Amino acid sequence: MYNFDVEKPRTVADAVQAMAREEAQLLSGGQTLIPTLKARLASPSVLVSLSGIDEMQGLSMSDDGLLCIGGGTTHATVATGAAAQYPALAHLAARIGDPAVRNRGTIGGSVANNDPSACYPAAVLGSGATIVTDKREIAADDFFLGMFETALEEGEIVTEVKFPIPSAAHYEKIIQPASRFPLVAVFVARFADGVRVAVTGASNNGVFRWKQAEEALTENFATEAVAGLQVDAAEMISDLHGSGGYRAHLVAVMTRRAVAAAG
Amino acid sequence: MTQVNMTVNGKSASGDVEGRTLLAQFLRDDQGLTGTHIGCDTSQCGACVVHVNGEAVKACTMLAIEADGATVGTIEGQANDDGSLNVIQQAFQDHHGLQCGFCTPGMVMSAAALLKDNPKPSEAEIRHYLDGNICRCTGYHNIVKAIMAASGQDVSAIAAE
Repeated sequence: MYNFDVEKPRTVADAVQAMAREEAQLLSGGQTLIPTLKARLASPSVLVSLSGIDEMQGLSMSDDGLLCIGGGTTHATVATGAAAQYPALAHLAARIGDPAVRNRGTIGGSVANNDPSACYPAAVLGSGATIVTDKREIAADDFFLGMFETALEEGEIVTEVKFPIPSAAHYEKIIQPASRFPLVAVFVARFADGVRVAVTGASNNGVFRWKQAEEALTENFATEAVAGLQVDAAEMISDLHGSGGYRAHLVAVMTRRAVAAAG
Repeated sequence: MTQVNMTVNGKSASGDVEGRTLLAQFLRDDQGLTGTHIGCDTSQCGACVVHVNGEAVKACTMLAIEADGATVGTIEGQANDDGSLNVIQQAFQDHHGLQCGFCTPGMVMSAAALLKDNPKPSEAEIRHYLDGNICRCTGYHNIVKAIMAASGQDVSAIAAE
């Protein structure tokens, strides 16, 4: 790792100010960023640590029934803290990485990084959640722009993610055993006004909504409804872990399993 | 350089670190606590697992500065006050839960974190919890057995896989 300074602001306002320094980079749980720095794939001159900001920690329910999760909340905290209100989300958080990673990694860091194989983007997009930053609120549909790309501006901080709670939901993944990231995973959420299906790990463009499956499941929330559907294999990631055709097949299988488990 | 102060195994520990100094480096190089191993250095293998404020973390993927003010537990602090092995360590010895021993500090620290939250884990829960601890000797079976024994459970039912 190249050396850098570390700033530890206590408030979002102080973090924003610290980010004004040249070549500043936000640090959340560091479970992706620190390995990236070790590989010298980034060389910030200052890291602005978000882990000491109390206002970005924890879960709460808003008056209009949204589950609000502070951007600095760890996966382990979501796994226990969301279990009562949003079990599918808690279940997802409980299976990211491994226990030690879950004690450091955060929801804000995960969505801001938008790794094409990360778990959280599927839940955020699949739930139609809202990403709150130090500047504005962004709908999930407008937030994820492609592999490692989001609508965030330079230095913009994800302070909170607000989830509407579906009547039924499930996240089904098949992991790539070496990295433990999903090879393909699907988040299915059923709301009064329709079903959302979000897929991670599969596409060259990062997390995406499978609209065709959404329409079929809105009509009839059952595995038969999506039995014959397929995503386009040409748009899927093809690498040493699996061909585009294999990933396309897994998208359909994971979707059916998620629907069956959501009930 | 920035000064950091933390409580390590019940004693105060301080030192000057660079921004990039990892908690694992601070413990090993600055404090001489070389029981925390660095295996992969990419947060995959779990040989560096320590407890920070009671939670298991990978010390190779946390900056020492981020642990400033924290209470840290390492393998050196696991033995009983009289120097004898604690229940988990003794179970690893009794059930041959180590071969080369490189992964053992991380395994013991992960096991301790598991048993704190879940005093009677099932075999499946133990295996799931050890997802981030790799034993390159592939001695998982006896590690799982040791953790079952340390939690006061019968180990005779565990079949080799």
